[in-house]
Amino acid sequence: MTNQPKIPVDEEAKIEEKIAVATPATMMWWKFRKHKAAVISTVFLVFMYLLAIFCEFVSPSVPDATSARYMSAPPSTIRLVDVEGKWHAPFVYLTEMSRDPVTRRAIYTENTEVRYPIKLFSTGPAYKFWGLWETDIHLFGLGVADEEQRVMLLGADRVGRDMLTMTVYGARISLSIGLIGVALSLGMGIVIGGISGFYGGAIDNFIQRVIEFIRSIPHIPLWMALSAALPLEWPVLKVYFAISMILSLTGWTSMARTVRGRFLAMREEDFILSARLTGSSEGRIILVHMVPSFLSYIIAILTLAVPYMILSETSLSFIGLGLRAPAVSWGVLLAEAQNVRSIALTPWVFWPAVAVISTVLAFNFLGDGLRDAADPYAR
Amino acid sequence: MNESNPLLQIKDLKTYFFLDEGTVKAVDGADLELGTCSTLGVVGESGCGKSVAARSIMQIVAKGGRIVSGEILFHHQLCKPGTDRRLSEKEEVIDLAMLDPQGDKIRSIRGAEISMVFQEPMTSLSPVHTIGNQIGEVISLHQKLDPKQAREKAIAMLDHVGMPLPKRTIDRYPHELSGGMRQRAMIAMALSCHPSLLIADEPTTALDVTTEAQILSLMRKLQDELGMSIMFITHNLGVIAQMADRVAVMYLGKVVEAASVDTLFYKPLHPYTQALMESIPRLGAKKRRGERLASIRGSVPDPYNLPKGCPFHPRCAKRVPNVCDREEPPNLKVDQGHEVRCVLYK
Amino acid sequence: MLGYILRRVAIMIPTLFVISIMTFIIIQLPPGDFLTSYAASLRAQGEVIDEDEMEVMRERYGLNQPIYVQYAKWIWGIMTRGDWGQSMSLQVPVKDLIWQRMALSMVLSVVSLIVGWFIAIPLGVYSATHQYSLVDYIVTFISFMGIGTPSFLLGLVVMYVAMNYMGLTVGGLFSSQYIMAPWSWDKVIDLAKHIWIPIAILAFNGTAGGLRTTRANLLDELNKPYVETARSKGLKEGRVIWKYPVRVALNPFFSTVGWELANLIGGATLLSIVLNLQTEGPMLLNALTAQDMYLAGSFLFLLSAITVVGTLVSDILLAWVDPRIRMT
Repeated sequence: MTNQPKIPVDEEAKIEEKIAVATPATMMWWKFRKHKAAVISTVFLVFMYLLAIFCEFVSPSVPDATSARYMSAPPSTIRLVDVEGKWHAPFVYLTEMSRDPVTRRAIYTENTEVRYPIKLFSTGPAYKFWGLWETDIHLFGLGVADEEQRVMLLGADRVGRDMLTMTVYGARISLSIGLIGVALSLGMGIVIGGISGFYGGAIDNFIQRVIEFIRSIPHIPLWMALSAALPLEWPVLKVYFAISMILSLTGWTSMARTVRGRFLAMREEDFILSARLTGSSEGRIILVHMVPSFLSYIIAILTLAVPYMILSETSLSFIGLGLRAPAVSWGVLLAEAQNVRSIALTPWVFWPAVAVISTVLAFNFLGDGLRDAADPYAR
Repeated sequence: MNESNPLLQIKDLKTYFFLDEGTVKAVDGADLELGTCSTLGVVGESGCGKSVAARSIMQIVAKGGRIVSGEILFHHQLCKPGTDRRLSEKEEVIDLAMLDPQGDKIRSIRGAEISMVFQEPMTSLSPVHTIGNQIGEVISLHQKLDPKQAREKAIAMLDHVGMPLPKRTIDRYPHELSGGMRQRAMIAMALSCHPSLLIADEPTTALDVTTEAQILSLMRKLQDELGMSIMFITHNLGVIAQMADRVAVMYLGKVVEAASVDTLFYKPLHPYTQALMESIPRLGAKKRRGERLASIRGSVPDPYNLPKGCPFHPRCAKRVPNVCDREEPPNLKVDQGHEVRCVLYK
Repeated sequence: MLGYILRRVAIMIPTLFVISIMTFIIIQLPPGDFLTSYAASLRAQGEVIDEDEMEVMRERYGLNQPIYVQYAKWIWGIMTRGDWGQSMSLQVPVKDLIWQRMALSMVLSVVSLIVGWFIAIPLGVYSATHQYSLVDYIVTFISFMGIGTPSFLLGLVVMYVAMNYMGLTVGGLFSSQYIMAPWSWDKVIDLAKHIWIPIAILAFNGTAGGLRTTRANLLDELNKPYVETARSKGLKEGRVIWKYPVRVALNPFFSTVGWELANLIGGATLLSIVLNLQTEGPMLLNALTAQDMYLAGSFLFLLSAITVVGTLVSDILLAWVDPRIRMT
């Protein structure tokens, strides 16, 4: 350090420039990276969405595989060491069901004579991947007939369906309904909020009153009333979209408020004024100056809206007013689990609850991290 | 002014901020001296540590920062309340740097013996409490008066600082007052316990020029009446010329030059001070066509990465190669009351 | 101030009218009416109801009249006689059913709100003033958990824990002998013994939201110059924090009382369905599925009315605590 050569002035300027050219996106990334919980949550959510996208392949069974042989069966024990103390690749023993002579409850015992090794990419119940290709390859399984033996990591429900399969299939509906609901809210919010902010005056006033009005009705009772109005005979897909519509019916109001508020606040900003003074067109001002400066904020708000939608769908389905079986969503699964007996005797049917809570938590952390990062210049 | 009668002596003060990104040496070995009933002007660019130095005196440095070393000797004049401080015989010397920032001792000095006026009168007053509440609080805290007496005292104080209709203004909220009135309220609050030292941290920067002039003359008037010293922090050299008896120029946490106000303006020695003086536009000064007002090249370096040697050398026009970038210049006493940190005067 | 309150109340009345119309329309949305769903449920049990009988009943309930006539009769009954119509599925006047349940719901929600705040504010202040400390991390994590776990799931968890580890059955607001009993001191004590569980669950959610708001707002306020001014006066640190930044940071609390209450009522509705509480939740759910329109409509209207009143109260509170709000 003592013989450090003097840095020429232009080189100095270069170093300075290097700091100055960090784009807002880079700075956001730096800031986001510091929020450890948000980074972990992102990884978790990517994992969950991958599960949901490839749910047919990932799950070892199919959702309509009810079976009297596995009614309320506990999770399978994966073993590496057999009774004689020898090491093997992961395997399960044959489970045998008997009934308690008094309570008639099923009792499951392991038969240590028969071993079933767990295979990757093994065959299993047939399914149509994405409803397109017929196949029977699953990520893992035992490769034997369903009735002979199953590997059930999370146990089975009352009618003998594999809980892991149900939870993973449920993820597809529960996770997507959040995104669709938010997309619908955003669409409505931007259009209506934009109209409100753009025209101002009487239209703005009217829209603001409508928004205030909708917000003054408690959401959950309103959703209950609206979803109770859906005809029972509707097919799953139609109910699915109807529920997303109902959820976004109230969701758009906060989106519209945010968009309008940001637009109005930004109109007053100095950099918008200077853009206007240098002769930028109105369209260019909106697209080049205004949208980028609040896009990140909107993304953060959206991320925080997704878990709310997921929770709402779960709540509605849970009380029997949202999706109904044969649809498989986390709420539907929890509704089926909803009695004190199942809580006490088969706690594993509550895995969907763990999925809901962890997903919602992850979305909240992610949204929090994004919101912090959205303003990279803040302290 | 009595030179031999110091009120505050800061010796080699170091206040560092320990942050995730690194250590910021906001004040890095500053020496200041302030006599009784005089005004010390502290000038420097933003980020030179002048505000942190002021906060170090009061032990209210922001989170993450603390006084690492150095002395802040405060000569506490022990006299009966209400009598002229200048006549006091006894004094007690307290090293403020050694006090616990949350302790009773420093809290009995804060607001009573040393008080502070801040830059933004709008944001420096609580938006949800009345002026009277905020002034009365400091009076009843330090003078043990009941709320009614405190209120009367507050009204008297508002009247003293020239607040119009003090009996009505006392129940107003800050947002109901103009900027100048808010700063008057701020000053009333700071002076309500007759401190011996008032620290004014850019008190007029946020005000318009007319209001600034009023506030400045008010401060001079109050200084004469109450017999207090003022530490006046600003980056405005014009204000300094008007207010200060002595001036200290700060650069990157160090006092690079200290002198009486006249010496500093007519005979600046440090290259930084000289550059500052040249950057003042002068009314009536003849400039050739096309000649531009001088400015200091570059900007204040990255606070995490201070240059070695003299902190000013990368921007200095008179730097001596292989000297300025290696060794820290000593504090040189060039004349009576004129000190400079520069190797050129060795 | 008084003028402001009166003006706000005057705006509230048309809002309530519009809400009553909206709820009535929503209740009428499902295809068919109470009788078709009644007939369907009878058919499911193997019984048959003949068309003439249906017509007679339809006549009696006025279901064959146009919707605006039905609405006008309903709202007129409410305004003149306090008559909220007849519950078709339970065969009793709606007004005999709703008030006790609404009152219990209100007690549940309001007490939870207050309890939640009493925990959230001190914890949030501590968390913000000790940012990045261990306690701050724990508090932040718990508040995220509270936001992520809806009350009904928490209800299930509590039931599970009570069942498996304490051998208790959690559910209901009263012991069986008090459910039908008239109100007495013993009944109130019995209620208190039961209601703390749902209150604890709802307050947990409320605390979580409140903690996050307090912490975030206070962190913003702590860096404001007026805090430094307060400190420079020589006040004790605790007094500096509590008198100034906390006071400002709490303003959003007052402004969100209305929404907070609406959220809590929603959460309470779901929770009371899970825990089978004698509040509005289970009865609203049954009324909605049975298309018992006056019962469901009255509940919906009252729940919305509470939110509207809650918003009004929060606006008045905010105007009262924050001098910067212009009362227009």
